[in-house]
Amino acid sequence: MASSGGSLRRYALTRLALVIPMVLILLTVVFLLMRVAPGDPIQAALGGKLSPEQLEAKRRAAGFTKPLLVQYGEYLKQVFTLNLGTAITDNQPISTVLKVNGAATLELSFTATLIALVIGVPIGLRAGRLRDSAFDAGGRLFGIITYAAPVFFVGLLFQLVFSKWLDWLPNSGQLSPIDQAELPAHTHLSVVDAIWDHNMSAFVDALKHLAMPSFTLGLLLCGVVIRLIRTNLIQTLKGDYVEAARARGVPEHKVVMRHAFRNALVPVVTVMGLQAALLLSGAVLTEETFNWPGIGNQLVTYLNNRDYTAVQGIITIFALAVVFISLLIDFVNAAIDPRVRY
Amino acid sequence: MTAASVAEPGGGSMLDTPPAPTGRPRGPLLRLWQQVKQAQGFSKWLLWVGAAITAVFVVLAVFAPLIAPYGFDQYMSHGVRFAKQGSPSGSHWFGTNVRSVDVMSVVIFGSRTAIEVVVLAVAFSLVIGVPLGMISGYYGGWLDRVLVLVMDALFAFPYLLLAIIIAFLLQNSVGSGVLTAAIAITVIYVPQYFRVVRGSVLSAREEPYVEAARALGARPRTIMGRYLFFNVIQSVPVIATLNAADAILTLAGLGFLGFGIQPTQAAEWGYELQRGVADMGAGLWWTSVFPGLAIVSLVTGLTLVGEGLNDVLNPVLRKRSGRRVLLPRREAAATTLPTRQAADGRGEQLS
Repeated sequence: MASSGGSLRRYALTRLALVIPMVLILLTVVFLLMRVAPGDPIQAALGGKLSPEQLEAKRRAAGFTKPLLVQYGEYLKQVFTLNLGTAITDNQPISTVLKVNGAATLELSFTATLIALVIGVPIGLRAGRLRDSAFDAGGRLFGIITYAAPVFFVGLLFQLVFSKWLDWLPNSGQLSPIDQAELPAHTHLSVVDAIWDHNMSAFVDALKHLAMPSFTLGLLLCGVVIRLIRTNLIQTLKGDYVEAARARGVPEHKVVMRHAFRNALVPVVTVMGLQAALLLSGAVLTEETFNWPGIGNQLVTYLNNRDYTAVQGIITIFALAVVFISLLIDFVNAAIDPRVRY
Repeated sequence: MTAASVAEPGGGSMLDTPPAPTGRPRGPLLRLWQQVKQAQGFSKWLLWVGAAITAVFVVLAVFAPLIAPYGFDQYMSHGVRFAKQGSPSGSHWFGTNVRSVDVMSVVIFGSRTAIEVVVLAVAFSLVIGVPLGMISGYYGGWLDRVLVLVMDALFAFPYLLLAIIIAFLLQNSVGSGVLTAAIAITVIYVPQYFRVVRGSVLSAREEPYVEAARALGARPRTIMGRYLFFNVIQSVPVIATLNAADAILTLAGLGFLGFGIQPTQAAEWGYELQRGVADMGAGLWWTSVFPGLAIVSLVTGLTLVGEGLNDVLNPVLRKRSGRRVLLPRREAAATTLPTRQAADGRGEQLS
């Protein structure tokens, strides 16, 4: 571990090499799942709307008449060229779906994560430090209840209180219809687009629409953050170096923040990375509750329309996103903590 | 020390007799119960409140037909149709929903559905995940490598999406009832048991007692069944309880997205919430608030039990009455036990 730069590079390369089988397995699982589906996708999606000849032509065009192995090869090729085909039902390229709806999901997830950290980290720190105090008990209960409440139920309650009773916030959607029509889509992130155009009213409108969904999703993650920070801080506070710091007369807040919290962060970052799956699952439910035009919302629509091509494409994107996030987290960890690089 | 020497027959010297093994009861369940009994303070409170809440729902589930005022899909009584979306009243305490069904009955029968699905799903995942983890950890080799890769891939996948896809695919073949939901949920949790059990086996198989058994010529089956099994399933109760809580949320999520149990099959809370979205916009809160509260309560109950068990069983977090080392500081939290951080691999995160 003499030259830290070299070992970090070696770690990164090893980690990258490990990703390849993981991605391949995920892709194979996705492919197989979509093939064991009963009935043929074209029939399922468009049956009844087209004549048998048209169906046959569509089937050939989509490649469903070819042998399974050839289809598998073509699917892999599609993924690696990042061209996931076109939805059967509405003829939208999957890449467009990813760009438009993916941006909405990104906006929602990013804000939610931010909210979760801002609320969760201070509560978790205080709870871990004052272990078994009333505050700790309250913090743990809060964490358990936010975890126990399904996102869609919390969302519904928010809608009832803030939209129906108080009439402060819009019930659903990403933007009001007027702003939706006027605001040009540079990034498909409504808040960013509003800033881009210096459109103050659209900016406020976008924030108002974002408030309830992101807070709902943020609360879900918040419970996880509190629990993680608390448990890890308790563990690091037991460390000898913490006792040593206390013995040297380091002020308690410094002991917690500088000695214990720093070391507690490594597992926190790792587990937060694993929470990407939780975040994406929560996003699907939140989007459905608030009619947020995200990728999860779109997935449910395609599932209901039995559009297998679109479903396969979106699931592939989710799988790649999860792998990418976990990779990113590992790199961050390796950068924070030299012990991680093996 | 004195107690041990008093109990020693023949007055042998203390040097050649090891101290009596301190309370290591035979059955694993008994050992678990011993540790639960030793729970202190907040952990104890967590355990018992959680157990009480869970027990209420189990009673509701088992005796649903006796407790519920009406059937889960009954919309009329004595030839009179119930009011559509009627507000809570004397005859319908929780009101009625858009299908004119009594919401209270739906909530009570919903607990039956939830518990059926969860029991099935946890049992399936245990039956699949634990043996796979043991075999994979004990034999190693290419089988292990393949299994680990597949399980890791499944684990990394957004769990709700996985469940949706499985439920969606099974809808046509198995139908959209309790079994489909249970299978869809099983797929999510198998990797967790696999990982934990495999990890424990990896460290346990190097222990002297396993080597001794192997040297005596015990077959792998015997070693796994007799020597490893009870040693590697220590952390399973915690995971199973927390998974049960999570499974209820997943079931409700499936129902909410429309891929769960259909209302003709059984009452399901998540489905009720989905139907409640439209009602909420009109201010009709009772159709979704009561099923929602039922979900929150049951999940909270199970999570409390899981958290309590984790406090009691996890050697890193465990606190028992006994020797306390007080540092000369006024900090309230400065009570520490002799650190046993590196106790074993079981100190890992449960999230």
